[in-house]
Amino acid sequence: MKVPNKKGYFGKFGGRFVPETLIPALYELEEAYYRFRKDSSFWKEWREILQEYAGRPTPLTYAANFSKYLGGHIKVYLKREDLLHSGAHKLNNTIGQVLLAKKMGKTRIIAETGAGQHGVATATACAYFNIPCVVYMGAKDTERQSLNVFRMKLLGAEVIPVYSGTQTLKDAINEALRDWVTNVKNTFYVIGSVVGPHPYPMMVRDFQSIIGIETKKQILKKEGKLPDIIMACVGGGSNAMGIFYPFVRDKEVKLIGVEAAGHGLDTNFHSASLCVGEPGVLHGTLSYLLQDKVGQIKGAHSIAPGLDYPGVGPEHSYFKDTGRAQYVSVTDEEALEAFQVLSETEGIIPALESSHAVAYLMKIAKNLAKGTIVVINLSGRGDKDVSSVKKYLEEKK
Amino acid sequence: MLKGATFIEKSIKDLKRKGEIPLIPYITCWDPDLETTEAILWEMAEVSPACIELGFPFSDPVADGPTIQKAVVRALEHKPTLENFFEFVKRLNDKGYPIPLVCMTYYNIFYRFGLERAVKFALDSGLSGFIIPDLPIEEANPWLKANKGKGLATIFLAAPTSSEERIRKIAQKSSGFLYYVSLTGITGARDKLPEDVLERLQLVKSLSSIPVAVGFGISKPEHVKMLSPYADALVVGSAIVKIVEEKGKKAPAKVKEFLKILKTF
Repeated sequence: MKVPNKKGYFGKFGGRFVPETLIPALYELEEAYYRFRKDSSFWKEWREILQEYAGRPTPLTYAANFSKYLGGHIKVYLKREDLLHSGAHKLNNTIGQVLLAKKMGKTRIIAETGAGQHGVATATACAYFNIPCVVYMGAKDTERQSLNVFRMKLLGAEVIPVYSGTQTLKDAINEALRDWVTNVKNTFYVIGSVVGPHPYPMMVRDFQSIIGIETKKQILKKEGKLPDIIMACVGGGSNAMGIFYPFVRDKEVKLIGVEAAGHGLDTNFHSASLCVGEPGVLHGTLSYLLQDKVGQIKGAHSIAPGLDYPGVGPEHSYFKDTGRAQYVSVTDEEALEAFQVLSETEGIIPALESSHAVAYLMKIAKNLAKGTIVVINLSGRGDKDVSSVKKYLEEKK
Repeated sequence: MLKGATFIEKSIKDLKRKGEIPLIPYITCWDPDLETTEAILWEMAEVSPACIELGFPFSDPVADGPTIQKAVVRALEHKPTLENFFEFVKRLNDKGYPIPLVCMTYYNIFYRFGLERAVKFALDSGLSGFIIPDLPIEEANPWLKANKGKGLATIFLAAPTSSEERIRKIAQKSSGFLYYVSLTGITGARDKLPEDVLERLQLVKSLSSIPVAVGFGISKPEHVKMLSPYADALVVGSAIVKIVEEKGKKAPAKVKEFLKILKTF
């Protein structure tokens, strides 16, 4: 079955649950995207920018020391999205969407951001394409991630702190949606993950699939076969979808998405919507959610700000229910340890988000058969996290 | 006794026949507490509104502006459940509440509660219908199926961005009234309404066989004066919620006063 279907559903998940005002805009976007999706010159332009400006393709690095650290019986490769311009995989998508916005004649870009990575990537793309950019960011996040706020401002974006609700990512999305409802005629909303109403989950997946397409070529060249396991962290799920999607039909490749268990799944401080959430509707899509009995959305928590979201992309919910991917979680502590181990063994400081995938491999490595080939999507670099990690480690002492 | 969509339609028609302006005030249930909500409802009833929109608070109200967002925060402190909401409506109706009540909340609340179960509870409570601002007609089939043949009003919204074809479909799927959103934006009192609103209202009315209510931004007697010849009913939300925010437990009498002023502009 081809997903999503015409109505934007991945099995029973997805859809378009937004106020009527936005529905015509979503049709306009869908129509434009389907048109450019078939247009090879659009993709050529996008690929050239990613190549000449952003540094694609990113390497697939064999992590020899880390493999040895894990016992030497498995081979671990890292897909180096941390080396992409602006420090994470986010730019693949923002270059794509802002390019599309330009082609559609939109004159203003808005975006939401949690930790600031997607905000920085959107501001970067907007600077590149010379188009005004407004980024909504939860007020709490603007304090926690003040450097990224400054970065976005340097890149010419206007950053608007959001004081409603939990003052984090979900509220930033609410506010961006409200802006879009108000300024829908000239404004393009660049969503940062495989979430939101149709066609966003499909469109963001397509732009991020470059990660998996490259990985496939690279691993075939290096190993002569496909990997046994691919792992990626899942917040909204764009980096995971990007590396999973080109392997979906390769049934022999096991796909594992790692969510943030925060302080533990039995507490109220985690972001594991797939592991322990239940289906519901948030931000325009039907998917697994962290919610209470009444249907009120719960606050999420993770040491990794980019995973701190109570929802998840609908296609991940679909993969969970069909069993195509497996979803697991690791705690803040485990991610923190992985952050240090990878830094020490490989000289690569991973983002705290990506550290979740690294941590899960550390948990299960001993049970893996000899010769297992594992690819981890190293979705971002950890420079942005060093000061908060320093704080955590000092507090632990 | 009249129920559901027919109750609302008759209520609008009767007021119009009497030459009164059919108002549809909105308040958030539990803001600031349930006693005040009930007191406001009784006070409002004395001004004979066409219908009352009673909001059930949802944590992430994307269609709402700052005034209603704040009301939702106040209401959520009571940790209300949808069961509590229906109990409250039933209690009011058992006491003979004379005005049709419709529930306004976001889709996840009903999805979580169970669509058929929500309809059943609504019927038992005497609620007249529902407004779900994040449920466009494309996604409404399960909801319409649960409502089929029950007589409750399923009120959908049309917007300035909706095409004629869409408005026609929205009107076909709506019952009770069609809710025309006056502006491209979120709820909240505005000084001015868009210039083309009257033209658009005429268009919507020509495409709808059921009454057309207009809402979003309406907060002043001038608005009522301008819109009432063109709409079958007028929704007033944030301006009332603002009074509740400012006056708290003393809001009921003030809300009534405000509605009176609007009605007599």
